[in-house]
Amino acid sequence: MITHPSAAELTEALKAVQTGPPGDARAAFIARVADNARATLGREAALGPAAEAAAVERLRDLLALDGNFATLNEELCARLADGRLAPLNPAVLAHLKISLVDQIAIDQPGYSGLAALEAAS
Amino acid sequence: MDVPAALSALAPRLSPGATRATNARRLSGGASQETWTFDLDDGTPLILRRRPTGGAMSAAALPLSTEAALQAAVAPRGAPVPEVVRVCESADGLGEAYVMRRLDGETLGKRIVRDEAFSAVRPGLARRCGEVLAAIHATPLDGLPPLATSDAASELARYETVYRQSGAQRPVFEAAFRWLADRAPPLERPVLVHGDFRNGNLMISPEAGLIGVLDWELAHLGDPAEDLGWICVNSWRFGEWRRPVGGFGDYQDLLDGHAAAGGAPVSLDRLLFWQALGSLKWGVMCLMMYASFASGADRSIERAMIGRRASETEIDLVLLMAT
Repeated sequence: MITHPSAAELTEALKAVQTGPPGDARAAFIARVADNARATLGREAALGPAAEAAAVERLRDLLALDGNFATLNEELCARLADGRLAPLNPAVLAHLKISLVDQIAIDQPGYSGLAALEAAS
Repeated sequence: MDVPAALSALAPRLSPGATRATNARRLSGGASQETWTFDLDDGTPLILRRRPTGGAMSAAALPLSTEAALQAAVAPRGAPVPEVVRVCESADGLGEAYVMRRLDGETLGKRIVRDEAFSAVRPGLARRCGEVLAAIHATPLDGLPPLATSDAASELARYETVYRQSGAQRPVFEAAFRWLADRAPPLERPVLVHGDFRNGNLMISPEAGLIGVLDWELAHLGDPAEDLGWICVNSWRFGEWRRPVGGFGDYQDLLDGHAAAGGAPVSLDRLLFWQALGSLKWGVMCLMMYASFASGADRSIERAMIGRRASETEIDLVLLMAT
């Protein structure tokens, strides 16, 4: 569901991480990024499948189409790109809001944009 | 290349009383440039900025001599910038490089928006940013080195092309490109725009506030509201989302400071347009950085993980579009 990078790519990148010499600032930074990546993968394994299933349900209603997540998401992008769906279409925005709340819960649960969005709605 | 040795050889030309350089150390960060901190033996604190040997120059980055010339051009207008001491020549043995005075302050946004040490300067910082931007925007264009001109429509087109090349399917970006294209304001009178005026590139002193605007590599001619919007992008508020200007101030303070210092009037709507375009640009940049992982050019976990920051710009864009 989530791409750029996918969970598989993160797993692959994690395998290549090497432990640096103690006290090396660059190695310490990479170790923190690797910890973040492992935590992201854990959240994605726990939350991703339900989020994707819910997104597919919403997209089927929104687009009046059947298909898997990738197909439906691509169709939504195509309709937004060529103007068949307006960027401020309330049903589109409602779907995007829920999708982003779900994705931020995986990618960056501490990100302040989540609190800002919740305060506005 | 032995940078410390080359700096020592250059020392007498950097300060009349100096005979050698000491404490030369490369600072981390900065993929396209190297930054070195060093002192002269007469006590002068300096910074060297240089293009890495064999380093590829990104298409958007300016020659370092241009950065130095811009810093020299904005200083007389009252914009705080590090004083340029020398633009290096090939005989200096440092490649494409320049030397400037080292300022004493903080650039880390996380500290600037939260630490007690900055509580006295935070309340005036947004207004001060507006004043400084007005000074930069008032720089006479005659005599500046060659700079590209870009307006909202061309920026949008440039980033949409990059997004299409990424192959990503992101409905928020699709919606944002259409929404912003419909509202793109015309460029009335191009001014000198810093292009990366945000936490990270602003040197803040706990006593004196904003003392240095750094990193001029994205400067160009364009809409003054571009700089005013960029510093309001939520990605550099470091959690302080209720203070839209860099996590430390309010929109009106920034706009009032800009107007009081002689800046052409900028409406909040125009600022918010550029803030949204800024979020979209940062989101596409995250995808670009991830692309260097996907292509195999840089297989580090850092390059892979930056792609997962694109969603932060999407949640910010959804909020901007919905309100």
